[in-house]
Amino acid sequence: MSDAEEAITRAHHDEWARVVAALTRRFGDLDIAEEAAAEAFATAVERWPADGAPPNPGAWLTTTANRKAIDRIRRENKRDGKHREAQMTYDDPPEPVGAIDDDRLRLIFTCCHPALAMEARVALTLRMVGGLTVPEIARAFLVQGTTMERRITRAKAKIKAARIPYRMPSADDLPARVSGVLAVLFLVFNEGYLASGPGTDPVRHDLTTEAIRLTRLIRALLPQDGEVAGLLALMLLIEARRPARVSAGGELVPLAEQGRGAWDGELIAEGHRLVRERLAAAAAGVAPGRYQILAAINAVHTSARDIRDTDWSQVLALYDQLVRLDPSPIIALNRAVAVAELDGPQVALAIVDRLAEALAGYHAYHATRADLLRRLGRSQQSRAAYDRAIELAGNTGETAYLTRRRDQLQ
Amino acid sequence: MQYLVSVIDDKSNPGSTDRRPAISAFNERLIAEGYWVFSGGLADTDAATVIDNRGEQAVFSDGPFVESKEYLAGVWVWEAPDLDVALKLAAEASKVCDRKIEVRPFL
Repeated sequence: MSDAEEAITRAHHDEWARVVAALTRRFGDLDIAEEAAAEAFATAVERWPADGAPPNPGAWLTTTANRKAIDRIRRENKRDGKHREAQMTYDDPPEPVGAIDDDRLRLIFTCCHPALAMEARVALTLRMVGGLTVPEIARAFLVQGTTMERRITRAKAKIKAARIPYRMPSADDLPARVSGVLAVLFLVFNEGYLASGPGTDPVRHDLTTEAIRLTRLIRALLPQDGEVAGLLALMLLIEARRPARVSAGGELVPLAEQGRGAWDGELIAEGHRLVRERLAAAAAGVAPGRYQILAAINAVHTSARDIRDTDWSQVLALYDQLVRLDPSPIIALNRAVAVAELDGPQVALAIVDRLAEALAGYHAYHATRADLLRRLGRSQQSRAAYDRAIELAGNTGETAYLTRRRDQLQ
Repeated sequence: MQYLVSVIDDKSNPGSTDRRPAISAFNERLIAEGYWVFSGGLADTDAATVIDNRGEQAVFSDGPFVESKEYLAGVWVWEAPDLDVALKLAAEASKVCDRKIEVRPFL
């Protein structure tokens, strides 16, 4: 990669959200901001290789994007026969860093607004904040490019027509709105971590990486928020295990069977630091939210040298805490896995069977049941549960793993 | 920015019928805070008539333009600076009316 190409890649990574955010504030229009930012980067691709990268790429891109936006507004005004000169100057005084950072947060809160459908929030966040192209996002979610384009266009149109505001939520709305943003990022991460659909890689590194990058950004913007730290730690500790998660044959490898030497020690260290930070806050009386507890559970696993070394009573205690916060059947199912390690598969199976109605359509319910039945020597019932799990699992690597386990039954 | 705020009732699971005093008090507040533009409760959909005069002559039909379990029970028009303000008020309105609320911007 040439110096100029490298500078463009870095600038795209560091500056895209900043440029879109600054332009959205100035022009009050996501569409104009997005198009002008894209044009500015296209101009950089043309010019930087010949002229060299500018000393301050962010400022160059913002100025260029501003010009493009003003050009577009002038063009549209002329076309509409208004002949109104845009009341804008080319050269903005430099913004203090704090205000620009706030702009990026505003952008994130607008893209993740609860009045938008979840899939629209995901698409808009990846486009406006993440800077992914529409074809990239379409590929990531296995839909046609035109479908994704429509989804994003429709979301932008709603933001404009319904006047979804471009500002920080009020203090009393903030926790709920932050949790909405984290839900979007966790969804992107999970789609990468357990990719669905035939023909996709079992783990989509591009999506997990993007989710972590955006969560890091939010962490930098909201350093006091415990759940932001919790989600980042959770993602890091899961991502750290990615190198051991898929076998050479393309099968998902469960935690117990992973070669722990392949785990990423740097990500684990960073995740553990964040978990310790939140444990200290909890000790000082700040009640942890669900992402912080999930991160702590993962930290128990990443602290164990091997599966036998796992502190299951600690895992169970954390799940008990989580159940009090979120009494959902999926949490109860995951808790049962820890119960199986401490009290045996018989006790765990009784818990799992009580979830039958709520989780009948969830592949992990059947996979967990199949494993417990297998451990109890109830092969026939185990086989039936594996069959159902295989039917429901959308991940190619997981299907391969479950099929092998089923076929190993006596 | 003006929003049409529709109160939606459900024939199979109607909201409670004792909401009138609470709605009046809420309206007083909307007026005092400058959000209120218009409001009105609607008679039953049985009282509706649909007219189609796009053809040679006007055709009248008895009943609402679409038969459904859910129907419009009343409307507000609010003046609000943005959707967040409207949604916050709408959340209160839903409690006050004991019914679902749709918020839709005017063009």
